[in-house]
Amino acid sequence: MNQLVMEPWMTIAFALAVFSIGLVGIVIRRNLLVMLMCVELMLNSVNLIFITFSRVHQSLTGDAVVLFAMTIAAAESAVGLGLVIALYRTLKTVESEKIQLLRD
Amino acid sequence: MPSPQMIAFLVFFVVAIASAFSVILQKNPVSSALSLILTLFSFAGIYALESAHLVAALQILVYTGAIMVLFIFVIMLLAADTPVLDLVKTSRFTKFVIGVSGATFFWILVSLVRRAGAIAPTDQWTPEKIESAGGNTVAISGLLFSRFYFAFELTSFLILAAIVATIALAKRQRSQS
Repeated sequence: MNQLVMEPWMTIAFALAVFSIGLVGIVIRRNLLVMLMCVELMLNSVNLIFITFSRVHQSLTGDAVVLFAMTIAAAESAVGLGLVIALYRTLKTVESEKIQLLRD
Repeated sequence: MPSPQMIAFLVFFVVAIASAFSVILQKNPVSSALSLILTLFSFAGIYALESAHLVAALQILVYTGAIMVLFIFVIMLLAADTPVLDLVKTSRFTKFVIGVSGATFFWILVSLVRRAGAIAPTDQWTPEKIESAGGNTVAISGLLFSRFYFAFELTSFLILAAIVATIALAKRQRSQS
């Protein structure tokens, strides 16, 4: 019986696909909030790659690294959203195209 | 005949890819945020399939519980949930180029990973050993408080710095206005 089982390359290809989607999203979107969401997508896909390679290596280091990456992601989104709110207060917009303080 | 694990993986795969596309293509930021929650749930499911139970639980608690609530809170606070499809200004050619370059980037990444070849186990944490140690959570916790102790303590400084930075950002704005 040749059963079709879950293999490392499948999760890695999946994570790389999500990473590419996140990267394209950062390029095409102009809303700062959606750009931050795309950063979260990319962080998550890298976390999944860490977990997968951790399993392949029969190690738990990747799991520990993912926990640290999650902490950093939480700090990053807190500071990032704080910046977005500060920008909205001064410029009344969250569009990255309209942030051109140095040009005026 | 696919295994039950494989069927679950395929379901999470389809849901995550579809909702990831939905994140970047939705007009309304609130819809994007809700799609991102779906994506993060699917990631949690795949972590659980990889038997990373602690990470799967923390993914739901930290990401969908804390970070996404923060996102939706900020969207509501800024009243930024006006549906604006900001792709509209770009030409069809630009969209095509963006799609092709995204697909090419994906293909380059996959070919780089495929070149890595087969990897031999470098550590001793076999599934049986994790089981006998008392499960995934116990094993990772032991690792966090022994080998990664310094990094674990450093993360508290990181969180402190993030709190101070966020408060500074909010306060300076108030004193200017």
